[in-house]
Amino acid sequence: MTARRGAVSLAVALVPALALVAGLPFVNRVEPVVLGLPFLLTWILGWVLVTPLFLAVAYLLGDAGPDRPGGEVGR
Amino acid sequence: MTTPLLVIVAFVVVSAAVGVVGRGRSEMNVEQWSVGGRRFGVILVWLLTAGEIYTTFTFLGASGWAYSRGAPAFYILAYGTIGYIISFFLLPPVWRMAKRLGLHTQPDFFLARYDSPALTALAVLIAVVSIVPYLQLQLAGLGMIVEIASAGALSSTVAIIVAFAATCLFVYTSGIKGIAWVAIIKDLAMMVAVAVIGFGLPTMYFGGIGKMLGELMRRHPSHLTFPGTTPSMGVGWVISTILLTGVGFYCWPHTFASAFSAKDDRTLRRNAVIMPLYQLPTVLVFFVGFTALLVLPGLKNPDGALLSLVTRSYPGWFAGFVGGAGAVTAMVPAAMLLLGGSTLVAKNLYRPMRRRAVSERHLMRASRAFMLLIAALALALTLSSRTDLVKLLIFGYDGIAQLFPAIVLGVFVPRATVRHVMPGLVAGVTAVIALIWSNHDTFLGMNAGFVGLALNAAVTMVAIGAAGAPAGERRSDAAA
Repeated sequence: MTARRGAVSLAVALVPALALVAGLPFVNRVEPVVLGLPFLLTWILGWVLVTPLFLAVAYLLGDAGPDRPGGEVGR
Repeated sequence: MTTPLLVIVAFVVVSAAVGVVGRGRSEMNVEQWSVGGRRFGVILVWLLTAGEIYTTFTFLGASGWAYSRGAPAFYILAYGTIGYIISFFLLPPVWRMAKRLGLHTQPDFFLARYDSPALTALAVLIAVVSIVPYLQLQLAGLGMIVEIASAGALSSTVAIIVAFAATCLFVYTSGIKGIAWVAIIKDLAMMVAVAVIGFGLPTMYFGGIGKMLGELMRRHPSHLTFPGTTPSMGVGWVISTILLTGVGFYCWPHTFASAFSAKDDRTLRRNAVIMPLYQLPTVLVFFVGFTALLVLPGLKNPDGALLSLVTRSYPGWFAGFVGGAGAVTAMVPAAMLLLGGSTLVAKNLYRPMRRRAVSERHLMRASRAFMLLIAALALALTLSSRTDLVKLLIFGYDGIAQLFPAIVLGVFVPRATVRHVMPGLVAGVTAVIALIWSNHDTFLGMNAGFVGLALNAAVTMVAIGAAGAPAGERRSDAAA
């Protein structure tokens, strides 16, 4: 169970990383302009903004998870 | 003395004083000097880590690239985020190992984990060689700031030497605690400066950020997509550079060691969750670079674009404030680099090479001596050559990121030994040096450092795959 939570936590955290790396070839354009920003910049900025949400989910999932073997109980 | 210059000098003097006073009353030994007694909570760790992201590089380099190259500068926004995502998983186990084994420096980690003096010495060498261009970047930035802000009244050579001496002074006397306090001043000043000019300048000249960008899209339509104005920085270069610098982010001895000063491993995770937001002001710096391109085209030194536009647009005292914020922004990371570099040379190269035991006091003296030595080396290089700021940072990353496979395997793969990681490390470093020296940086459309890292990772994988799980291999002391 905890190993699976760890894997899910890893997968969640990797979503923004994939978007910021593998996503780039598909968003290298100016149009559509969003709130005055060219699309490429909107994409990068948007993913940086939501990365904390993904990491927060990963934190909550992983907190009771695999790498606290010392018997400390996660809250 | 001009008004901006006076304000900058005041800024530097106050910061250095805070740094010296910041040591508190604790007895100074290497543990206190380098990791603050391992008792920093989330706020101090955050400040220290942030102290390492907001460098002159962000301030001048990012605006300089936005000005001269356009979209390739956007990589700066993405790589830190990749770095934090990696740190979320990497740093907590590193912290636990460090705590259990009493590690202070990154090479301590290599020695404890791989039990190989050769690998450790190589890691120290790679680290110091990579730190020098990073330091050089901060110094060049400092010089540029003072030169532009004083309108040439003070030569950049004098400026570099004075501000750097002030930095050395507070690192010398108070170590990491002094830096943490100066980092607070620096971050506040930096945030205020960036917010004011990032919104202010586009509004002043174009009536808003959206309108400024609209004007840019009309006049320089290709500036806002890869490869911008460059012939070689297309999507391939950007992706490979983001990967290289993202994985390299926590490979620096000082960023790696910032994990050691945390109070617990959970602090490090929480920190990683919020850090990406701290990158957002970089966007405002891009906007300043873009505004400068529209208002002051054809500047000879793009890295000076931000300051040239600021001195032209604001009263002297505010230009001085921005310059002062910029100067402290160079001093704090320079201090971190000096502290990190000198501690590891003293502890991990000098001490093992002495036959006799080295006492704590002796080690402390040696750390300080090496600090001055590294400072002098970077100073000499800065005064003798000029490269653009972003390039200097990428050079540093080309080297330091090569440590990544050895770090990751060291933390997560208990059966990995020095025989698995050494060949990859050597291959990666050799490839990087060969590519850069033969002028093949941007090789097959990719960053040369990334090519080296890919080779490094491939060789390491093959070595570990070929080894299988042989009987009798010593089970090493990996992370829990």
